[in-house]
Amino acid sequence: MVSKFFSYIVQGTAVTVEVTLIALPFGLMIGLIFALLYNYGGKWSTRLTGLYSLLMRGVPPIVLLFILYFFLSGQFINLTPFWAGSLALGIISSAYQMEILRGALQAVGGGQMTAARAIGMNRMQALRYIIIPQAIRLAIPPWSNEVSIVLKDSSLVYALGVPEILRRAQQLSATTQQPFLAFGAAALIYFALVFLANRGLDYLAQKTRLPAYNP
Amino acid sequence: MDTPIILQAINLTKIYGENVIFKDISLEVHKGETIVIIGPSGTGKSTLLRCLNLLTPVDSGQIYLEGREITAHSVNQDEVRQQIGMVFQNFLLFNHLTARDNVMIGLTKVKKMPKEKALEKAMHELSRVGLADRAGHYPSQLSGGQQQRVAIARALAMDPKIMLFDEPTSALDPELIGEVLSVMAQLAHEHMTMVVVTHEMGFAREVADRIIFMEKGSIVEQGPPDELFERPQHPRTREFLWKITELYGKKEKK
Repeated sequence: MVSKFFSYIVQGTAVTVEVTLIALPFGLMIGLIFALLYNYGGKWSTRLTGLYSLLMRGVPPIVLLFILYFFLSGQFINLTPFWAGSLALGIISSAYQMEILRGALQAVGGGQMTAARAIGMNRMQALRYIIIPQAIRLAIPPWSNEVSIVLKDSSLVYALGVPEILRRAQQLSATTQQPFLAFGAAALIYFALVFLANRGLDYLAQKTRLPAYNP
Repeated sequence: MDTPIILQAINLTKIYGENVIFKDISLEVHKGETIVIIGPSGTGKSTLLRCLNLLTPVDSGQIYLEGREITAHSVNQDEVRQQIGMVFQNFLLFNHLTARDNVMIGLTKVKKMPKEKALEKAMHELSRVGLADRAGHYPSQLSGGQQQRVAIARALAMDPKIMLFDEPTSALDPELIGEVLSVMAQLAHEHMTMVVVTHEMGFAREVADRIIFMEKGSIVEQGPPDELFERPQHPRTREFLWKITELYGKKEKK
């Protein structure tokens, strides 16, 4: 009984992981573009992307989720709850990722850009070969934190009916009248996922670290 | 000097908001010449250098590189910067690359040289500055003097027509200054065309073909080292040199 119970929730794990694996790269893509625009675009790029970041981070994720969901599964664009929820989470995450990358780009320093241009690189080359490779290394620790957050926030899509871990736990709790078991199992699985993700990224940070480099 | 003019600046002016950094500066650098610019800090010497390789735009005036106007609108500035080497006060090596890769990257990514050829050239330049054995080290593993020498190799690798040095030893511990200055002196001896902004008077006296004394955004006086140090014409030049030689413990005639 317990194993059927457990396996029902575990099946939701695949969905949780899928949601996260859509939201994170989507957020990274937008976040990186906006971070580059903020730091290297003109005055208006900085203002607009700055405003985006401020707004998206100033509202509770669940509220944004509902707004974006109703937009993404409405008349103009019609997506399934799974896709609408995943992309919405990606959009929310993009604001936080933008801040992480913006900080990393800034930490690399204007001097690196100057030196790159001094040997004849144009801005694109400088970004591609000099700035971004250094920024990525600096961004790994805070990004690892964002991965944890998106993993945990993926649970918010339960409100859209997506059959991920929390939704299943909720259903199980209702049918079996065993809330502690149901939500406890969910908690354990989330914990395992977050733990594994952080460990993996810590390992990556170790591997890509430059010898004795303290920016 | 009789050799052709490599770099010529005519009436350069740079203004930041309310401040005039420099006004109507003109100078010319002949092939193989070593020009040293001295003067109090904050007088626009560094800014002038950064304007010469178009890192900073001038507000008015023209700059010619081998007779070609590089301040013209149609000019590809990145391409021009390949021909002018620059060495910075805080080295600005690429931290994520080894010494070898720092020197190579301009060759492979900007000049699109094949990797083997670039490697050969890079090792040649690193040997030239005495650091072939440190090729695989990262900047954070090198001393300040070593980093600056790698920076010089990086600039040299692009085979520039002229090298600009912006206070190259100002950020170094005293005992590391010598190794950088001797690389620079060697370059001058090999007839590299150089413009150096520095406070190192010994170097200026020994190596410069011509010294320019700049103050408050204009050139006060210029001339060969012996003339400038022994018989400075302008009172401000005399005052400045007096203070400097006092600092270094050598009393010169006023």
